[in-house]
Amino acid sequence: MTNAAGAAPKPLLVERKHLTFAAPPEEMVLDCGARLGPITLAYETLGELNPKRTNAILILHAFSGDSHVAGYLHEGDERPGWWDNMVGPGKPVDTNRYFVICANILGGCAGSTGPSSTNPATGKPYGLSFPMVTIKDMVRAQKHLIDHLGITKLMSLIGGSVGGMQVLRWCADYPAMVGSAIPLATTARHSAQAIAFNEVARQAIMADPEWNNGDYYAGAGPTHGLAVARMIGHVTYLSDESMREKFGRRLHRSALSFDFTGDFQVESYLHHQGKKFVNRFDANSLLYITKAADYFDLERGGGNLLVNEALADVPFLVVSFTSDWLYPTYQSRDIVSALKKNGSDVSFCEIEAQWGHDAFLMPNKRLDGLISGFLDRVYHEHCL
Amino acid sequence: MRFDLQVIASWIEPGSRVLDLGCGNGDLLEYLKKHKQVIGTGIEFSEEKAARCIERGLTVLQGDFRQEVRDYPEGRFDVVVLSQTLQQISDPKELLIDLLWIGKRVIVSFPNFAHWSARLQILFTGMAPITDQLPYEWYNTPNIRVISIKDFKRFLRLFGVRTVREMAINTHHHDYKGTIVRSFKNLRATYGIMMLERVT
Repeated sequence: MTNAAGAAPKPLLVERKHLTFAAPPEEMVLDCGARLGPITLAYETLGELNPKRTNAILILHAFSGDSHVAGYLHEGDERPGWWDNMVGPGKPVDTNRYFVICANILGGCAGSTGPSSTNPATGKPYGLSFPMVTIKDMVRAQKHLIDHLGITKLMSLIGGSVGGMQVLRWCADYPAMVGSAIPLATTARHSAQAIAFNEVARQAIMADPEWNNGDYYAGAGPTHGLAVARMIGHVTYLSDESMREKFGRRLHRSALSFDFTGDFQVESYLHHQGKKFVNRFDANSLLYITKAADYFDLERGGGNLLVNEALADVPFLVVSFTSDWLYPTYQSRDIVSALKKNGSDVSFCEIEAQWGHDAFLMPNKRLDGLISGFLDRVYHEHCL
Repeated sequence: MRFDLQVIASWIEPGSRVLDLGCGNGDLLEYLKKHKQVIGTGIEFSEEKAARCIERGLTVLQGDFRQEVRDYPEGRFDVVVLSQTLQQISDPKELLIDLLWIGKRVIVSFPNFAHWSARLQILFTGMAPITDQLPYEWYNTPNIRVISIKDFKRFLRLFGVRTVREMAINTHHHDYKGTIVRSFKNLRATYGIMMLERVT
């Protein structure tokens, strides 16, 4: 890309920052009853907070994401953040206008406190002594960060998949801090099918002898189990149609091997994704985060936590994708239906897309238009 | 904006909560928001049109409004608008009951099947009429109900629905121009527009 002068624009540089809080004896009390502290959250910000502090957007990443949502971490960095097509100057989430915040989730492994962090009580990594965290706990930790930044009300919260669950949890727990919300490709309660795939992924890790009950940080760890878990994940992110189009029955070698080394392109794709993941993700984090997603249910106890008068004037944009079978459209419609009971200002669109659950991260003009149009309205009606 | 929508817009009080069923590209909602500070919501079946509405900053749900109207609480809207769609509904009576539940008032516009041009066609050709307002053949029409202004008024009387306002107009399918018909309405008007209210 070049600008008007013909020179390549300077890459947008972002810095990873850290906030530490809940130091003993003020530890955070978790849903499971355990106390955890100190807690560190890694986060990045883009754009400028306006003097009235009304233009802040919190982006919540999905299960394997991190705080690096957009831009580059240093000169010469070749890989931009995970949602660089959506977030940046002049992009749908326009950092010339909005102040964007993204933090690595509690329990993660990209700078925030999680099972691979050092337990200050023992000087060793937590491993399985890390307490079980829930989506609610993740959101509770994020609230510390938002308070720390001096923001009393977020203009919007945006997140897909597990990030969308956090968006909904924010709405349920801190409605007064929510200016508007965009839950994408997500659900208000994890389905049996989604739990089933997560359980298979966890079993793949725990069946690897290198897992060693979560105590593996001195060595390479359960690399094989983690790769298999990621392969299972990838199957659920795609769709029949996208796999047919992307791979079909094409071979990745010239003839059938007549052994088990893998013949098909779809196999080598999954092997590649698994291997890549092992280099950047912690197996215990996968166990904890998938469990948090499985526990997520805003309808536990009969009522729906989204049916809340405090949300009556909060604009919502709910989006699903036709080929997403991990969080199918009916689950988004359930969210819409609960919000309508408050008479909430709720927009909904089911985007025709063949890429399965992954579609929310793929460049998509329709999604761009929806998000930029919605944010533009919220900005003009509520933030000026 | 279509002439029937102009009439409908003129009936809506400033600042009302409005639900527009089958809102298309959102022209009525946009107009009401801009000129009458209305808090509007639309329901639209087509992904493309619903998305265009959201991009323009309107609140719109993509979906089948027959399903979507069911979740709103009683009296949620001051006005529910159903324009040029009643003739395509398989259960119009049940729909009107649902709409009078979620809305304090309902504005309905529909093509008048008893317009003289349709009557003449049946009389002289002996075939199903094809008019500007109902431009389809019998085998491809989405319009499964034939309604005249007289039929509709009889229906309202029968089911105890009060008519707050009514107007008969002469306009084309998509035209922004039209005239108000004051006499021999069921013969001379191409569209009927009525504002209804539940009798409580």
